[in-house]
Parts: sequence; structure tokens; C-alpha cells
Amino acid sequence: MQRIGDAPRVRRILVISAVLLAALFLLLPLVAIFAQAFAQGVEVFWRNVSNHYTVRAIGLTLFITVLTIPVCLVFGVALAWLVTRFSFPGRRLLQTLIDIPFAVSPVVAGLVYLLLYGRNGWIGNWLDGYDIQLMFAWPGILMVTIFVTCPFVARELIPLMQAQGSRDEEAAVTLGASGWTLFRRVTLPNIRWALLYGVILTNARAVGEFGAVSVVSGAIRGQTNTLPLHLEQLYQDYNTVGAFSSAALLALIALLTLAAKASLEWRAARQEA
Amino acid sequence: MSATSLFRRGALGASLAAALTAGMVTPSVAAERELLNSSYDIARELFSAINPEFIAWWQAEHGEEIDIQQSHGGSSAQARAILQGLRADVVTYNQVTDVQALADDGLVAEDWQDAFDNNASPYYSTTAFLVRKDNPKGIESWDDLVREDVDIVFPNPKTSGNGRYTYLAAWGFADDQFDGDEEQIHDFMRTFLGNVSVFDTGGRGATTSFIERGIGDVLISFESEVNNIRGEYGSDDYEVIVPPVSILAEFPVAVVGPNAERNGNLDLAEAYIDYLYSEDAQRQLAGFNYRVNNEAVAEEFSDQFPETELLRVEDVFGSWDAAMEDHFANGALLDQLQRR
Amino acid sequence: MITLANITGSAPKRVLPGFGLSLGISLTFVSLMLLLPMTSLFGQLSGISLAEYWRIITDGRVVASYIVTIGAAAVAALVNAAFGLLLAWVLVRYDFPGKRLLDALMDLPFALPTAVAGITLATLYSSNGWMGRLLDPLGIQVAYTWVGIALAMAFTSIPFVVRTVQPVLEDLPNEVDEAALTLGASDATAFRRVILPHLWPALVTGTGLAFVRSLGEFGAIIFIAGNAPYETEITALMIFVRLQEYDYVGASAIASVVLAVSLALLLAINIWQGRFIKRLHGGRG
Repeated sequence: MQRIGDAPRVRRILVISAVLLAALFLLLPLVAIFAQAFAQGVEVFWRNVSNHYTVRAIGLTLFITVLTIPVCLVFGVALAWLVTRFSFPGRRLLQTLIDIPFAVSPVVAGLVYLLLYGRNGWIGNWLDGYDIQLMFAWPGILMVTIFVTCPFVARELIPLMQAQGSRDEEAAVTLGASGWTLFRRVTLPNIRWALLYGVILTNARAVGEFGAVSVVSGAIRGQTNTLPLHLEQLYQDYNTVGAFSSAALLALIALLTLAAKASLEWRAARQEA
Repeated sequence: MSATSLFRRGALGASLAAALTAGMVTPSVAAERELLNSSYDIARELFSAINPEFIAWWQAEHGEEIDIQQSHGGSSAQARAILQGLRADVVTYNQVTDVQALADDGLVAEDWQDAFDNNASPYYSTTAFLVRKDNPKGIESWDDLVREDVDIVFPNPKTSGNGRYTYLAAWGFADDQFDGDEEQIHDFMRTFLGNVSVFDTGGRGATTSFIERGIGDVLISFESEVNNIRGEYGSDDYEVIVPPVSILAEFPVAVVGPNAERNGNLDLAEAYIDYLYSEDAQRQLAGFNYRVNNEAVAEEFSDQFPETELLRVEDVFGSWDAAMEDHFANGALLDQLQRR
Repeated sequence: MITLANITGSAPKRVLPGFGLSLGISLTFVSLMLLLPMTSLFGQLSGISLAEYWRIITDGRVVASYIVTIGAAAVAALVNAAFGLLLAWVLVRYDFPGKRLLDALMDLPFALPTAVAGITLATLYSSNGWMGRLLDPLGIQVAYTWVGIALAMAFTSIPFVVRTVQPVLEDLPNEVDEAALTLGASDATAFRRVILPHLWPALVTGTGLAFVRSLGEFGAIIFIAGNAPYETEITALMIFVRLQEYDYVGASAIASVVLAVSLALLLAINIWQGRFIKRLHGGRG
């Protein structure tokens, strides 16, 4: 069978230019990160990474991420179920509303939370009376992280669940399946890859969020500094190698994310075949 | 592996990780009390050196184990965080207006400048130049900076206290030079600002631009900072020029009363600031190239600090409030001078 | 991540369970986490007059920042349209060593924290960085110029185009190719006349999303932009500057402009996409 662009010459030109451009544009920055991190040898890299403040920053980042994922998961599944399985007034509006975090600059996302939950905000002021502090402590970081990551799971699930339709589930209901069983036995197996993919994206963004977190963190070293904030501070401290050591850790997480995603896709494809 | 077991396993792993990380996040220090010092961007190394000394001193004096937490950032952003609820006990800033913003909100006593010596400024500095090896452009004072062949790097006065001092110093020089002739001052400032190659948002960003990216012929920053940079990046490659006329940069400190009281740290906070005036601390400060008022220490380090005429913001501009209003407010002189 | 969302499908009647529960969770979350915080933005704005609002958002320097941001975002989006199309084509149509690696690499900009991307690009393209050293003798300045802003924007938004075009290209039946080629058309003509019309909606959607993303980007750009007034100041920086001045109203006003433009664009993309798909499927939906 003959296909467009199958001539060997066309093919070669296109593949080579694509690979070259990708290498220059995407791979080179990645190489640069590790080159900078190891510029003074493995030992210096390790000293930077095992530094007390770096370890605390890694701990906080993981802690926030681990709490963010379940929240986004529950919300994403509930919203996707709602808009793809039922028809009701305002459905389209709801779908557009979850795009807000994509449309809002992260710095503004941090700002709106600060205005509401900070000492001068009306909720923050009220909570202050009970000696509850959300901003400049980990709950504030968690809240803005959830804000910027919440659309990912939903946006993965909605098109898939829409395309799959609800015939299977309706059949199960007529056979007498209850709500939870129905979801676990019928829906979940169909959407698990998309769900995991959504979780991976959520995870990547939660680990790396900078703009929004920097507004509400207060930057207390060892307490409210996440890894990206810590990186920025090291960079500001002329500790380029230290900054790129943290950058290398984040890049490593990014690479693991990509690997996880690639293996998921490969599995999903194999299952289909 | 079925989907459910996959998720069950995931959930188990997640809760395990949560438990582990929760252990890492909660403060693990045994200290009885913790003091939070909210400070400006470039003071990290300084307070990393001073804090352990104070902790040891307090332990010896009161037999109590304490810990000090540091928060650093752009001075205005730091003050804003406190206004919005960051519970810092003391502030150590590089600009009077940022402490004043806290005073206006009642978080710092109204007469805070009288609470400690020297207008509550335990140390001071001025604005100086860092030039490349052998000073190839022959830069000695402010009027060299408006030459056509000179490219300048300093942080954005809109986002950085450091940048504001540079702007005010240049203005003060021009004011002196042209005897207050407004048109000439404005021309001077317009050329000066036009010679800036990069406006980084903070002092450290400007340093990176100058040193690591090789931009510009001169970096303008605090005298302490340019000396520290020269020490960091090699005294052979850079030279420090202190202009004959420059601005007095004060580093105001204050106790954030309501926060310190709430945290039960009032005595500690006051002792901490008092400590900054002690001879030990003053010597450390001088070691970081800050000018100090303690006579013995000042004498000891006199070689390090060339004599220069230091203009006071209050004398040239009336007051800090006036300087902010006339120059840095939205649509004020800085905006006008940069307008095309 | 971005697929053809919002495909107009007539949702079935409520025979399935969980309406109340999912509605409850969704509405609680949307109101508490999304809408409530956004109200504080408008709360700030309610304190000023319309004239004042207009004065803030049309200030000369802010307008210059709109132009810089929109211009650079447009260039970045267009470059990405071409580059993304090429990559999607190569990834779907050809087999070559390292293909899966290339495919995985496409998502890097989404996975890499923007601050990391920012300091890395600034280091690479400054005049003594790896790329800067090559480009400088040619008189090409990237870091601290307008080009650097566009570059950072293009980097952070390239996956949008690749990942929207790719699935559509994959689903394209072989007959489309054959039909065109048996009629004796050249590769270029066949591609333009036959393939491109099929890819058009996905390409526009991906480019549009890349554009919207670039408008709000801050972390990656701030390190590489020179932040010179009227030349390399982006709108996100203007918001940041207002915050530094304790000017929450000013920050909110400028933020509201960016928000309105972004939401309008997203809505337009959604609606346009819905229409196009309807037409493509002969109104079956």
C-alpha cells in the first residue's frame, strides 16, 4: 500500500529534521541540567542533595504531593462521572469552570488564596481568631497545589468516558449491580489507564509547582520551602551547583514520570491488541 | 494485576509514604522555643553565621535551648507576607519603608525607630560598583555611568530595595552635581536608566547576569554585597569601586510585637536584636563587609571601608515616604523617566 | 492530556446511580476550591470605579507588556504549530530507531517544573552558555531579548500541539492517502489537499491551547527575559510588580484582564471544536 510521504528521501529528511530539532530543543536542556549538577563531581552533588534543608524540602514536596493526589482523584472521578453520565442544566458551564486553573497564571492563583485565607482576608481573619493559620504553612501550600492540579484527572477521564458511553454500566444496573460494585467492576477497568495517566500528570505538576506556592509559602527554610522554592533560593545564593542538584532531582522525577507514562501506554496498547 | 488490586496497592503505598513524610515535615528539633526572623534576600549567609552564636549565647546566659528559623526573600515581599499572616517574631530588612508598612498596620510599634540605637539600624552600608578586571572602562563615579559606552546591571527598583537604593544614590549624585536643576537631573537619570542592560527582579539575579552571563560593564549593589561577590568569584577578576558620593543604606530591625507575644517570644526577640549591637555580632557583620557603629570594631576594620560622603535619604528626598511617593509609586518619576 | 474534550454527546437519562453523590462532590469542590477564591479577585476590584480600572489596565507600560506577551506567545504558538505537526507526523507515520524515546520526550515540558526549565534555558542561551556561545558570533541574541521569551514559551507549550494532532493522525484511515495518491497528486499537494483538512481542527486547538498557556507562563520566562521596560516585560511580571508594591487592586485588575482573555479563548476553542466535530460527523454528534 502506498502512503503519503513514503518516499525514502522525504522520509529521511523529515525524520532527521524532527530528531535534530527535538534533540536541540528538548534533550539539550535536560543534558544541561545534569551537566551543571555534576560539574564539580558526584561528591559535591551528593553533599548538596543530602544537605539538611534539601532533605526537608524533598520531604515537604512529597508530603504535599501525596495529599494532593487522592483529593484530585476523588474530584476528577466524581466530576467525570457527573458530566458524562448525566445530562443536566449547567453541564457545559461546569466543564468550562474546571479549566479556570489552566487559564489563571499561577502567581494569580496564589494571590487569590492569599486574599481570601490570609490575615486580611475574611476567612483568614475569622480563622485567625481561633488561632488557625493556613497561609505560610503547609495547608496553604497544599490548597494552592490542589488548585493548580485539579483539572488533570478530570480532563483525562471526560473524553474517554464520553467516547465509551454508558451502555456497559446501564446493562450492569439492569442486572442489579449496586453503585459501588458497578463502579469498581465495570467502570474502573475501562478507565484505569486514563486514571493512572491523570494521576501521573497531577503528580508531575504537584511536585514542580513554583509560582503559586511561592506566593503562599513564606519561604521558611526547612519548614515551608518546597523543592522548587529551595532550588530558587540556592540559585539566588550563587550556589549554582546546589541549585542544579535540586533541579536534577526534579528532572529525575520528571523522567520517572515520562517512563511511567510510556510504560502505561505500552501496556494499554498491548491490552488492546 | 486487576485494576482494584493495583489501586489497593497504590493506596497502601501512598499512606505509607504520607506517614513517612509527615515524620520528616514536623519539626524534629528538641528546642523549647523557636524564633522566626524574616529577612531580606541577600542576608542568608550572614544570619547563618550569626544565629548559632546567638543560640550559644542564650544557652549560656539563660540555660535554655532555642532555635532560630530564617525566612528570606525580597524585602517588600517579606513584609507583605507578615501583613498577610506570616508569624515572624523579628524583622531584619534593608529598607525603612518595609518596616514602616508593618508599623502602619500596627504589627510593629509606632516609635520603632527609637526602640534601638542608630534609628534601629544595627549596621549600615552604601551603594558601590563592581567592575571587571583592571576596570577597562575606567569607571570611578556616577557620571561615568551615563557614558554611551557603559552598560549597567542593577535590579529593578520596582521589585527590589537594593535597586531603589541605586536609583536614589544616582539621583542624589545628580542633584548635587547640577545644583538641583530638575531638567538636567532628569536627563541624567534618563540616560542612566537607559544604560541598564538587564533589570532583574532581585539583587542575586542581577549578580548572576553580571558574573555568570557576562552582561554589562558594571554591577551596582550594596558595598557589602559587591565585596562578598568579589570574595566569592575571585578577587583577580573583579574590582570594587566605592564612588566618592553615595547613599546611606540603613538596615532597620524591629520586633513584631503581636506575633512575638503570641508565640511567647517577646524577651527572646528583644534579646536577639540587642545581640546584633553587641561587639561579637558587630565584628561578624564587619566580616561580611557591612559598616558598623561600634567604635572598636569600626577602627579594627577601617582599611576595609574607604571614606565616602554618604547622603541620607531624608536629606535629599525629605523622607522615605516622600521618596517612595515621588519616585517609585505607580506613574511617579521612575515610570516617567522610563517612558518612551 | 488534551484530547478532543467536550465532544457533544447527548448524555443518557438518569438510570445510573451516583448523581447526587457526584454532583455533591463536584459542586462542593468547584465552589470551595475554584469559585470562592476567584471571588476575592473581584472583591478587590469592586472597590474601584470603572474609570480607575480602565486607567490601570491601559497604563502605557502595561499595554506594552500585553504586546510583548501576545506577540511572543503568537510566535511561539506558530513555531509550535509547524514543529508540532512535523513531530506528530514523524511519530505516527514512520518507524525509526529511538522513536519511542522521542515520543516519551515530547511530554518533558509538562513534567519538568517551569522554574527548572527557566534557569536551564537561561544558562544554555546566555552568551557563555552552550547555545549562546554558538549563536553569539552570528549576532543572534536569545537570552534577555524578546526571542528568549518566545523560546521559553515555545518550550513549555510544545506538547499541546503534538498531543492533540497525534491521535487524530493515528485515526486517519489509509484510504485517505490512497485516494489522493491514485489520483496522481504529489506528496506535498496530497498532504495539503487531503491530510491537512482532517488535521485542521486538532492543529488549531493545539496551537490555541499552546497560546493560552504561554499568556500565563511566569516561572520559565522570568529568568530569561531581560525585564527591560517596554521591551521585555511580560504581563505576569507587571502583576508581580504590583504585588511587590502592596498594590493588590492593581494586581487584581491586570490579572482579571489576563483571566478574561484566557477564559474567552478557552471557551472559543471549546465551542469551535464542538461545531467542527458536529459538521465533520454530519450533525450526528
